Amino acid sequence: MISDTIAAVSTALGEGGIAIIRVSGPQAIPEVAKLFRSRIPLTEAESHTVHYGYIIQPETGEQMEEVLVTVMKGPRSFTTEDVVEISAHGGVISVRRVMDLLLQQDIRLAEPGEFTKRAFLNGRIDLSQAEAVIDLIRSKSDRAFSVALKQVGGSLSQRIQALRHTLIETMAHIEVNIDYPEHDVEALTAEFIKDKSREVMEGIDKLLKTAGEGKILREGITTAIVGRPNVGKSSLLNALARDNKAIVTDIPGTTRDVIEEYVTINNIPLKLLDTAGIRETMDIVEKIGVERSKAAFSEADLILLVLNASEELHEDELALMEQIHGRQALVIMNKMDLPPRLDKRKLLHFFNEDSIVPMSVLEEEGLDKLEEAISALFFGGKLESGDLTYVSNVRHIALLKKARKSLQDAYEAADMLVPIDMIQIDVRLAWEQLGEIIGDTAADSLLDQIFSQFCLGK
Amino acid sequence: MSYDGGSYDVIVIGAGHAGCEAALAAARMGCRTLMITINLDMVAFMPCNPSIGGPAKGHVVREIDALGGEMGRNIDKTFIQLRMLNTGKGPAVHALRAQADKFLYQHTMKETMEKTPNLTLRQGMVEELIVEDGHVSGVITKTGTVYHSKTVILTTGTYLRGKVIMGELTYESGPNNQQPSVKLSENLRELGFELVRFKTGTPPRVHKDTIDFSKTEIQPGDEHPKFFSYETKSSNNEQLPCWLTYTSEVTHQIINDNLHRAPMFTGIIEGTGPRYCPSIEDKVVRFSDKSKHQIFLEPEGKNTSEYYVQGLSTSLPEDVQLAILRSIPGMEKVEMMRNGYAIEYDAMVPTQLWPSLETKRLPGLFTAGQINGTSGYEEAAGQGIMAGINAARKVQGKEPVVLDRSQGYIGVLIDDLVTKGTNEPYRLLTSRAEYRLLLRHDNADLRLTPIGYDIGLITEERYAAFTDKKARVEREITRLQETKVKPNEVNEALADFNSAPIVDGSNLLTLMRRPEVEYSFVDRISPSAEDLDDEMKEQVEIQIKYAGYIEKQLQHVEKLQKMEQKKIPEDINYNDIHGLAMEARQKLTKIAPISIGQASRISGVTPADISILLVYLEHYNRVTAAKG
Repeated sequence: MISDTIAAVSTALGEGGIAIIRVSGPQAIPEVAKLFRSRIPLTEAESHTVHYGYIIQPETGEQMEEVLVTVMKGPRSFTTEDVVEISAHGGVISVRRVMDLLLQQDIRLAEPGEFTKRAFLNGRIDLSQAEAVIDLIRSKSDRAFSVALKQVGGSLSQRIQALRHTLIETMAHIEVNIDYPEHDVEALTAEFIKDKSREVMEGIDKLLKTAGEGKILREGITTAIVGRPNVGKSSLLNALARDNKAIVTDIPGTTRDVIEEYVTINNIPLKLLDTAGIRETMDIVEKIGVERSKAAFSEADLILLVLNASEELHEDELALMEQIHGRQALVIMNKMDLPPRLDKRKLLHFFNEDSIVPMSVLEEEGLDKLEEAISALFFGGKLESGDLTYVSNVRHIALLKKARKSLQDAYEAADMLVPIDMIQIDVRLAWEQLGEIIGDTAADSLLDQIFSQFCLGK
Repeated sequence: MSYDGGSYDVIVIGAGHAGCEAALAAARMGCRTLMITINLDMVAFMPCNPSIGGPAKGHVVREIDALGGEMGRNIDKTFIQLRMLNTGKGPAVHALRAQADKFLYQHTMKETMEKTPNLTLRQGMVEELIVEDGHVSGVITKTGTVYHSKTVILTTGTYLRGKVIMGELTYESGPNNQQPSVKLSENLRELGFELVRFKTGTPPRVHKDTIDFSKTEIQPGDEHPKFFSYETKSSNNEQLPCWLTYTSEVTHQIINDNLHRAPMFTGIIEGTGPRYCPSIEDKVVRFSDKSKHQIFLEPEGKNTSEYYVQGLSTSLPEDVQLAILRSIPGMEKVEMMRNGYAIEYDAMVPTQLWPSLETKRLPGLFTAGQINGTSGYEEAAGQGIMAGINAARKVQGKEPVVLDRSQGYIGVLIDDLVTKGTNEPYRLLTSRAEYRLLLRHDNADLRLTPIGYDIGLITEERYAAFTDKKARVEREITRLQETKVKPNEVNEALADFNSAPIVDGSNLLTLMRRPEVEYSFVDRISPSAEDLDDEMKEQVEIQIKYAGYIEKQLQHVEKLQKMEQKKIPEDINYNDIHGLAMEARQKLTKIAPISIGQASRISGVTPADISILLVYLEHYNRVTAAKG
C-alpha cells in the first residue's frame, strides 16, 4: 500500500554505546544489501537473523563502518513491512556516515513518527492507540518544524535560496519559451541551461564541502546561558568548556555577540550560547547584542539562568523568569562563596527544587551538580532536539546530493540536445529538492517568477 | 405573471464555449436538455481573440475531442489558419493553434446544436434559480417562464453584473455591448454563494484596408496542417496569414502621457485582472525598460475586414486608443472599427465546487467556464464538457467522472480551481501540469477516448478506429524490439541519419531511441507489413524515444493515484480529529476534499496533517467495518 522505503536513527543521539538505524519498506532489504558486505548476502538472509559485516561505499567498495545488521521480513516486523536494522558504534560520525549512504539509495528519511504511523496503518497497532499515534506525529512534527524554522534564518538557507533563485529564473525562461512560443523573449539555448546548471552545481559543491566531516559536531542541544551582566555567565561557559572536552569552537559566520562553545557532558553534545546580558538598553551597539541574544534565547532547547546569590533578585530577573517559565531550564545560584542575599523561596515560584543548582563558578564548586542536572533532563527524555537538528542535517546533505545529481542529468541532457521541456523536468526536480531543505516547495512561485520576469499578454 | 415552460433533465444557462459543450454532452448522453441564452445570435461567440489553441489550451481542445466534445471538430471546419507551435521542442509541448473565422465558428456550432436530438435552444434571461428541499429544481426567466429540471449548469461567462470600462466611461454591459445579467448574480448571493469581482479586457479592432501590411512581417499558416479532431483527416479551407508589427517609442509616450485617464491606475477598476494578460498600459508601466512590444494583426474571418490587434488590450479612452494605434508602424492611417475595453464581472469562488463541478451548497447546480474564475475559450469548454457529463450522470444516478492531474489538462485545471481557488482569472499553462510529458497533444485519445466511450460520447465506429490504432502501435513497438539487425544491414542507413555505426548486433527499437534516427529509417530497413499512417508512426516514435522520461513520470503518477484512491467520507468532521493543526482543520472543512490526494494539495495542510488524517481514516474505517 505504501511504496516508499524509509530510514531513521531510532536511538537517541549520544557519544557512546550503540546507535540503531531502522529501514522499512519494500526496498529495505535490496537497498541496504547494496551497501553491506557480509558472509551471506543480505538478500539471501533468512528473516529474524543477525549478520556481522561492513557498510561499504558502493562505488569504491571501501569499508566505512563495522556493523551488525538484523533482517526482519514482513509481516513479522514492527511496521509489517520488510525491516532492516543496522547497529553501528554510537558516535555521531559513524551514524551520519551510514545514514548518508542510505539516503543516497532509493530510500528517504522517515517523516516524524512515520514508523509508528505505518505500523498503525498496516494493522500492527491496536485501534485504541490511534490517538496516541496522532499525538506522537503531532508532537514530533511540531518539534521538527521548530528545528527547521531555526535553520531557515541561517546562512545555509540564504545560500540555498540564492541557488534556487538562479534555478527559478532559468525555469521561468524555459517555461516562457514553451508557453509563449511566439513571444519575443530571448530564445533558450542549450549553452544557457548548461551554464546555469554548472553554476548551481558549483554552489552545491561548496555547501557540501562546508557541511563535510570537519564540522559535523556543530549540532547539539542548544543551550543558552542567560542572566544580567556580571553574574558570571562567561565564567560558567569557560568552566564547562575547560572541564569538558571542547570539540569545536568559534565557528566563523556566527554572530560575534553570542559566543558558542561545543561541549560534551556525559556523552550529551551541548551547543552552549553565552548571550549578552538581557537588559533593555539605549546603547545601539549593546542593543544589537541584546536583540541577538534574545533570538538565541528563543531558539534554545535548554536555558541556564545564572543569578548572583549575593544580591537580591533584580526586577529584570523576575521578568526573565516569567519568560523562561514552562521551558526546559536550570537556575544557577552563582557566587555562593559570598554572603547570600538571594531569597531562594522566590525562585520556587517558577522552578522546582531539582532545577535549582547552587554554585560558585569562581571556586569551581557545584559544577558536577549542574552536569548531573543536565544529564537527568536528557536521559529523562525531556531534551531531544539535538537529535532532530542532527537528523535534519543528514537530510540536507542527502537532498543537496540529489539536487546535484538532477542538475548533472540536466547538464548532460542539454549537452545531448534533448528538448528543453524534458531538461526542465530535471531542473525542476533540483529546484524542488533544494526547496525541501528549507521547507519551501510552493509551485505557484514559478508562475510568479514568469510573470514578473517577462512581459506577456494579448 | 408566469407560465410553465416544461420539464428537462438538464438546463444550461449561457451559450458560450462552456455552455455549448455542456449542453451537447448532456443531450448526447440522452438527457432532455435545454439551453437558455440572452441572445441566440451569440452562440459560441468569441468576444476576444479570434483564435483557438496554443500550448496547454490546444491540448485541452484535443482532450475535449478525445472525450467526444465539439470544439475540435468545430474549429477544424472553420479555421482560416492552422499552425503547430513549439515544433523545435519535445513532443509533449507541440501545440496546435488555429485562427478562426469567428462568424463561421458561431454559425457552425449553432447549426450542430440545432440538429442535436434532445437539445432545445431558447432565447431568454434567467433571473432566478428555483430551489426545492435544498436541491435546485428549475429556473425562472425575465419573461416569467418557469422551466423545471433535475440539474442546472451555469455558464454565464462575464455576463454576471458585467460592467464595461473605458477611460472615464463605465456602463453596465456584457461583452460586446450585450445585456448583462444582474438579477441572477443577486440571486446567487441570496442563495449564499461567495462571489468575487474579476476583470479582463480586449483590444481594438481595425479595418484591413487601412493597414499598410508592407511595414509588417507576414506570419503564414502551416503548409501541411494537422487538425484538432482525431476525426478530421483533411480540409480544403483556404488559409489567411497574420501579420506582426511592434509598438514604437511614440506609442509608449502617448500611454505615459495619458496614465491619468487610465482606469487601471485611477482606481475605477476594482476587479482583479490576470497577470498573464495585461493591458498595454500595464505592460508599458511595469516593463518600462522594454522599448517595444509585439503586436499581431489577426483577421477575424474570411468575409469581414475587421482585424484583431493582439497585444493591445486596453481600457484607455477611445481618443487615446486611436492615437496609440496610429503610432504603430503599418497603422499610421488606420481606422478603428471597435474600441478596446475592460470588463468587470462576478465570478464564483471555485472552492465552493466539488471536483465534479457541482456546487457543494446547492446539489444539482453545476457551474463551468469563466464564472468559475477562469479565462479562455478552451478552459471554459473543458469545464463545460465535464459539467455536462456530470450533470447527465447525476440525472442517470451514476458516479461523477473526475479526471486526475495525470489524465489531462482538464484534470489539472479543475483540480487547481476546486482545491486551491484562484485570486486572478485562471489561465492554463503547460507549467501547471506536473506530468507534462504524459499529457501530450498526440496522446489525448490514448488518455481519454476509453473514458469518452464508457460515458457514451464516443461512437462505436470511432472507438473501433481508436482500438485498432492503439493495437497497431503496440504491435509495431513489439516488432521493432524483436527485429534483430546486424551492422552491415543498418550502418549505411545510419550514416544517412548522421548516426554512429553499430559494431555488434542490435535491434530496431534500440536504434530508434537515438534522437537523430527517425521512423523513416525503419521504413527503409524493415517496413511494417501493416498499414501504418503518419499518426501511428509518430506515436511509435514518441513512445520509443522518450520511454525513459515517460517511465520516470509514470512512477510519480503511481504514487499520486494511490493517494487519490484514498477517499475521505463526506460526513467526516475535522473538528473531531484532535491532532490536526487549526489552519488545516479550517481549510479541510472549507474545501472538503474527496481524497487524501486532493487534501494534500490544499495550501496550509502540512505532511504531518496528512499523516494524522491517514491514521484517523484508518481508525474510522476499522470502526465502521467493525460495526458492519
